[in-house]
Amino acid sequence: MPVEPLKETPSQTAGPYVHIGTWPSAAGLPIRTQEKPNVMVGAGAKGERIRIEGMIHDGAGSVVTDAMLELWHANADGQFPGHWGRTITDLKTGEWFFESVKPGATKLADGRAEAPFATLIIFARGINIHLHTRIYFADEDRANAGDPTLKAVAEPHLQKTLIASRSTRSGQTVYRFDIRLQGDNETVFFDI
Amino acid sequence: MGGNMQKGEFYRRDRNWHPPGYAPGYKSTVLRSPRRALLSLPQSPADLTGPVFGHGMLDPLDHDLIRNFGAGGEAIGERIVVHGRVVDQNAKPVAGTLLEVWQANACGRYRHVRDGYVAPLDPNFGGCGRVITDADGNFAFRTIKPGPYPWRNDGSDWRPAHIHFSIFGHAFTQRLISQFYFEGDPLIAKCPIVNTIRDRSAVDSLIARLDLENQTPFDHLTYRFDIVLRGRRSTFFENRPEGN
Ligand SMILES: [Fe+3]
Repeated sequence: MPVEPLKETPSQTAGPYVHIGTWPSAAGLPIRTQEKPNVMVGAGAKGERIRIEGMIHDGAGSVVTDAMLELWHANADGQFPGHWGRTITDLKTGEWFFESVKPGATKLADGRAEAPFATLIIFARGINIHLHTRIYFADEDRANAGDPTLKAVAEPHLQKTLIASRSTRSGQTVYRFDIRLQGDNETVFFDI
Repeated sequence: MGGNMQKGEFYRRDRNWHPPGYAPGYKSTVLRSPRRALLSLPQSPADLTGPVFGHGMLDPLDHDLIRNFGAGGEAIGERIVVHGRVVDQNAKPVAGTLLEVWQANACGRYRHVRDGYVAPLDPNFGGCGRVITDADGNFAFRTIKPGPYPWRNDGSDWRPAHIHFSIFGHAFTQRLISQFYFEGDPLIAKCPIVNTIRDRSAVDSLIARLDLENQTPFDHLTYRFDIVLRGRRSTFFENRPEGN
């Protein structure tokens, strides 16, 4: 008899009340001690301090205000375990953000170099199985040009959906990464 | 790693087993599902690793939703314990992983600023809990059975009683959020969200089973719900380019 792996537990939407389980104060619950998981590193963490922020737009161009997002990336030396964070889209404005350090470059198992990136996953009402994308950094032109994942995205305008723009605000480095769930500039999502 | 057999990539996700992104019977998916095909990638170190959460983050009452939000009393409703085991697709236990749960109260009302359902809140029920699996992948939490609730999808649909859950596993590729249901609920078959899943046996795998043998007499009923996370292939030979 062939050996068949078990079937994975199927996904279902996180629903509109995802905050109760993952960010209780946004739901109006007082009980969690540990909150602010969108601040991903302590004061002593090595690396350039950065803020990553954006919004999510649906197929009608409306701003999504009920999503939960998680970020996972290498530390400043390109090593794992890295840094994890969780955030929510603001219930009124839809803005989300993380504070972290800029990840270092990593390597695939076959030795090919990857440009620095962060893995982003998105959960929300109307999303049956979380969407998986990657945030690359606009100031890494050379590394980005050689990155195997970005090269796998054939159309240049779609590559751009994966690259966060860089600016400085009150002395802090800010990357902007807006997500489009549908449309001509639909963000590239991965099956990994 | 080392030896003849190494840990390989995780099995690909079976996208026909999971619900598709676009499932118009559940109207919210129409504007929130990507229209282009997902791009397949080889798994990178970022996908093969993931965050680890220790018991230090847990409050002693996190596994007891009957008491963890108590304003001096206990939550009202059908008292249940849900227990189960988290394994991977190779049937190996997933130890030390964080499971988060959230749910409506016994009347079907969520304690959430956006839930305007007429059913009352329970002053002693918050609706969220957390546990970490033991060395064999086991978990248990105590709660009240959530009530069904109406929602505006196709006029007025009703959600079957369900508990939302979030689980991490040991790698970010194992990350999963889903919902489980309760054996015997006639609303399961009618639910547009359940029915985004096409395969009947996939739906069955989201239904907690009544576990009468493990009740605590004169206190609570017990339900059993097991979770399967993605598993890793074994690679017996690996060709690496020179210099790696
Ligand atoms: Fe729900």
